[in-house]
Amino acid sequence: MLTVTCPYCGINADESELSPGGEAHLKRFGPGSTDADFEQYLFGRQNPRGVHFERWRHAYGCGKWFHAARCTVTLEVFGTYAAQTYEPPQDIKDAITAKRPDWVWEALS
Amino acid sequence: MKRYSAFAIAKQAMSHHLGWERAWRSPEPKKKYDVVIVGAGGHGLATAYYLGKNFGIKNVAIIEKGWLGGGNTGRNTTIIRSNYLQDPSAAIYEKARSLYETLSQDLNYNIMFSPRGVIMLAQTQAEIRGYQRTAHANALQGVPTEWIGPRRVKELCPIMNIDGPRYPVLGGLWQARGGTARHDAVAWGYARACSDMGMDIIQQCEVKGVRSEGGTVRAVETTKGVIECDKLGIVVAGHSSVLADMAGFKLPIESVALQALVSEPIKPAMDVVVMANTVHGYLSQSDKGEMVIGGGTDGYNNYTQRGSFHHVEETVRALVETFPMLSRLKMLRQWGGIVDMTGDRSAIISKTPLGNCFVNCGWGTGGFKAIPGSGWAMAELVAKGEPGPLAEAFTMDRFRRGQFIDESVAAGVAH
Ligand SMILES: Cc1cc2nc3c(=O)[nH]c(=O)nc-3n(C[C@H](O)[C@H](O)[C@H](O)COP(=O)(O)OP(=O)(O)OC[C@H]3O[C@@H](n4cnc5c(N)ncnc54)[C@H](O)[C@@H]3O)c2cc1C
Ligand SMILES: [Zn+2]
Repeated sequence: MLTVTCPYCGINADESELSPGGEAHLKRFGPGSTDADFEQYLFGRQNPRGVHFERWRHAYGCGKWFHAARCTVTLEVFGTYAAQTYEPPQDIKDAITAKRPDWVWEALS
Repeated sequence: MKRYSAFAIAKQAMSHHLGWERAWRSPEPKKKYDVVIVGAGGHGLATAYYLGKNFGIKNVAIIEKGWLGGGNTGRNTTIIRSNYLQDPSAAIYEKARSLYETLSQDLNYNIMFSPRGVIMLAQTQAEIRGYQRTAHANALQGVPTEWIGPRRVKELCPIMNIDGPRYPVLGGLWQARGGTARHDAVAWGYARACSDMGMDIIQQCEVKGVRSEGGTVRAVETTKGVIECDKLGIVVAGHSSVLADMAGFKLPIESVALQALVSEPIKPAMDVVVMANTVHGYLSQSDKGEMVIGGGTDGYNNYTQRGSFHHVEETVRALVETFPMLSRLKMLRQWGGIVDMTGDRSAIISKTPLGNCFVNCGWGTGGFKAIPGSGWAMAELVAKGEPGPLAEAFTMDRFRRGQFIDESVAAGVAH
């Protein structure tokens, strides 16, 4: 079973204790944006085979939303971090490059 | 190609069955093809088959990174039905279902199509309303389905407990002409027919890159070298985002794991397919006697063909109330496939930003039943460069225009 550590309460939670919340760091577009931007915000997804950033909620625990960096091929979790950020903090990026030297952070559109 | 027949079996029996020829060739790739199809699942193979059969385009290669039919086509629970709510879905799934009826004859390959009937159970008031609405829609679409009451459900499937405490059976949507088919045989039958037309099925060959020039695809880079093509069809289900990335565009797709499991084989216990969408479980009995059980998808992106164990437990737990006899069965095997989910839970058969590149994906949890119809529609798109009537609603720009084919509510767990 996938286990993910909640950065708020520190519990190493089983996935059955968590609710997945989809791709993280999406740039939000609303009224006044172009149709193409709005479409990409709603439906366009990176869906990478490899390093993925995603939102999770510790639903059956402290209830907080947070972010996780995870590999979709090995299911390895590189780290978790607070929800209130537009991109992963440096220590998470470092943890990923330590294991995936070819990986580079690309700001998501 | 030597045709399969009762006579051929008798003749081969005389020589200890040593004279059968290989069902398909395994050639090395040529330098260039008119059409390259990436992905030898059911949809890719059917696309190639109808390109040859309906449009006479036979200089075709189907490139597969593993073995043909080894993706979701060989991993699904083989439910075939066409009782969808929206008109574009009903049209393409009904086309597929009707092609399935004669596919064994068409391919000269027994795909074991078994139109045993499919019940979709209503276990909540909302489902009663939803399925009655679907039955009316199906009547207008010319797809024969019927709303039936709980007593008829029990008659059709006596092993069912219709008075469960939490989710009693309140009725169901019955499609008598739905059923199952042998999934491997569908892939193998199409492959044999494609090979017979002179098409090259190249297995163990992964596409690693797409070469394009000024908005036109020239070639694909593979583990067996560069293969040039005039047209490219991308039909790779769970890997669609990866291929789209190579080609330089983005798809509204997320890849997640969907699992199934089978019990030990038992004597015949049910001769219909039952889907229980409220509890996310579905059930049929295979010809070998195993109870074939499918569940819901995981909620997170995954490329591992392995799903979460607690989903297996949830599925079985939910089904046991309605099928108490399951509680006494041992489960034999469990496996997963990576399914391609779109925002509206309907497929994409579409042109792409590259003029001669076409994509067929997004069948998600329910594309086995669509294989013949999808191949038919995709072949037309690839051959003519424009979608025909079956495919036109499934373009990928529908997400920009807001013209969804919204089956996510209608079908619950679509399969
Ligand atoms: C557990 C489970 C149960 C299901 N139950 C049902 C059901 O009951 N009824 C129903 O209708 N549908 C069901 N489905 C859905 C159905 O299986 C799929 O929609 C359908 O099989 C998709 O077929 P495909 O040909 O598009 O994909 P696939 O069969 O997955 O074929 C795609 C192929 O592309 C290949 N490929 C990927 N990347 C590359 C590359 N870079 N280079 C070369 N080749 C590549 C893959 O190896 C694969 O063989 C189920 C799916 C699962 C997983
Ligand atoms: Zn917590």
